[in-house]
Amino acid sequence: MLYREAGQFKTTYAADQQIFPIRQDRIGVIALLVVAFIGVPLFASEYWFSAILIPFLIFALAALGLNVLTGYAGQLSLGSAAFMAVGAYAAYNFQLRIEGIPILVSFICAGLTAAGVGILFGLPSLRIKGFYLAVATLAAQFFIVWCLTKFPWLSNNSSSGVISTQRLIIFGHELTTPVEKYLLVLSIVVVMALAAKNMVRSATGRAWMAVRDMDVAASVIGIKLMPTKLLAFAVSSFYCGVAGALYAFCYLGSVEPDGFSLEMSFKILFMIIIGGVGSIMGSFLGAAFILLLPIFLDIALPFFAELFGLPFSSATVSHIQITVFGALIMFFLIVEPHGLARLWQIAKEKLRLWPFPH
Amino acid sequence: MNFFFEVLIGGLLSGVMYALVALGFVMIYKASGVFNFAQGAMVYLAALSVVGCMEKGAPLWLAIILAFVIMTLFGIATEKFVLRKLVNQPPIALFMATIGLAFFIEGLAPMIFGSEPRALELGIVDEPIPWVLDNWNMVISKFDLVAAGVAAVLVATLALFFQYTRIGRALRAVADDHQAALSIGIPLQHIWAIVWGVAGFVALVAGMMWGARNGVQFALTFTALKALPVLILGGFTSVPGAIVGGLIIGASEKLAEIYIPPVMQDLFGGNFGGIEGWFPYVLALLFLLVRPEGLFGEKHIDRV
Repeated sequence: MLYREAGQFKTTYAADQQIFPIRQDRIGVIALLVVAFIGVPLFASEYWFSAILIPFLIFALAALGLNVLTGYAGQLSLGSAAFMAVGAYAAYNFQLRIEGIPILVSFICAGLTAAGVGILFGLPSLRIKGFYLAVATLAAQFFIVWCLTKFPWLSNNSSSGVISTQRLIIFGHELTTPVEKYLLVLSIVVVMALAAKNMVRSATGRAWMAVRDMDVAASVIGIKLMPTKLLAFAVSSFYCGVAGALYAFCYLGSVEPDGFSLEMSFKILFMIIIGGVGSIMGSFLGAAFILLLPIFLDIALPFFAELFGLPFSSATVSHIQITVFGALIMFFLIVEPHGLARLWQIAKEKLRLWPFPH
Repeated sequence: MNFFFEVLIGGLLSGVMYALVALGFVMIYKASGVFNFAQGAMVYLAALSVVGCMEKGAPLWLAIILAFVIMTLFGIATEKFVLRKLVNQPPIALFMATIGLAFFIEGLAPMIFGSEPRALELGIVDEPIPWVLDNWNMVISKFDLVAAGVAAVLVATLALFFQYTRIGRALRAVADDHQAALSIGIPLQHIWAIVWGVAGFVALVAGMMWGARNGVQFALTFTALKALPVLILGGFTSVPGAIVGGLIIGASEKLAEIYIPPVMQDLFGGNFGGIEGWFPYVLALLFLLVRPEGLFGEKHIDRV
């Protein structure tokens, strides 16, 4: 009932190629945006903004970046956190070194810097692929974090490389409250998500998918592998870089290189596996899932332990968290390799027929 | 010059330790085409099992046997509950599943055996050999030599096992082509169970060596990160590649750690220690640009 598409005819190519060709989807997305931009700031508490919503949006953006690379272009990367670090430190340095540069411009420049570094570390993908490449991206992970710790210039000579971000001033207005920061992050994420959605629908996106499915075949039909792969690395790192800049400026306020650890890279990888590899919406679903799960376990585990009278410590909580993460990854890969996004799709199919089963 | 050789030999011997872990990767990759990221976690689990059983009162030999049983059961369970269900998935999905497996073990193992760091006594002391110290004035640890010996024996056994036994042949057949192996009647599931058992054994040996040297603690899982550049250098499918790669990585990273920071300090100022963390990766990466299949890897021709 809810998803009945009968009667929605397309009479032009433009109408046929819309991002959301089904009316219910369009209404749903607009409703979602209205809620996110107006409803949430009205009702959510400060804790929700600074502890859940802002990190959720930022990690969703990073997951989006990794999804472009891994989900669409098929190049597995284990170094996304390092590109976030590049973004964070680049934004900091642009603010610091260039007098009067607007904050949004420095975010874009940070993304571009990350893109440049991403291309550099993407170069091996031209010769190696699969596991070899995954391992090679670890080089980026370790090398970049090391550089940020060891070259004092990058962190303005702070000991141990910790940076405290500058004030967020946009069009003469300083953003201080979590709500304002949330709105800034949300706007950036919405724009970039739309851009990504359009990119993967375009010729570029189709080239990426051809490379993902079989790169030899792709090059046979005339797709130039080198620019395609490097563009995927560049776009992916751009997204991760902007996410990193937002992570530093809008979420934490001060970051250190070691914060962008291998573990964080894995977390982002888990987001796209659970959310759905090769799906824009999956990046958001996965980020929400991975961020909310520990919070849920933190609350639920002590409760259950008390219920059954089991001994309990905070170390056990973190062990259980890691175990559950691992088990979930395997579970999703086995049961639903396309992740939560696919579940949503199935739900839509069911809704289309509801309340009749056939 | 003496100092140079001391660093070199120390590096080569620690490279042997990396090779021990890398061997576990090679085993599984060779026999099932799965790149097992969980190998480091398995090393941790194996070492924890030994220490855990000893804490419960078992003597060393019994603890080792029990740990072997645990690792084998674990391997069979992995095959049954994870890999068998992923048979037709792309290799990358299998790889990601092993990352999940690594997390699973890293959470579960300390829940069972406790997470506090502990020492593992094998009766070999980690002290310099007096004779070498007197004659050449070099510090070379007894323990490292024993580890090298163990690795050599392990490699020889594995090579013979792969080359000359029925199971070894079946393993190689499965590695070449799952479907072809299945169609000539090789029981894929048994083979994978065996492979994971053997990988568990290799992890046990590596875990005991590393555990005895650095203590049994969570950092053991990072041995996997040390083994990865060894693998890309040596090629995923080659046992000798793991050894040679291990030696190269071990030696070059120690030399780099000693000789590069002073040069960089002259150039940029500041402290540039910790090169060990990334140097093997960058080295392996640069090497791959020249020879993508690694030192001993097989050249792979893609067909459409």
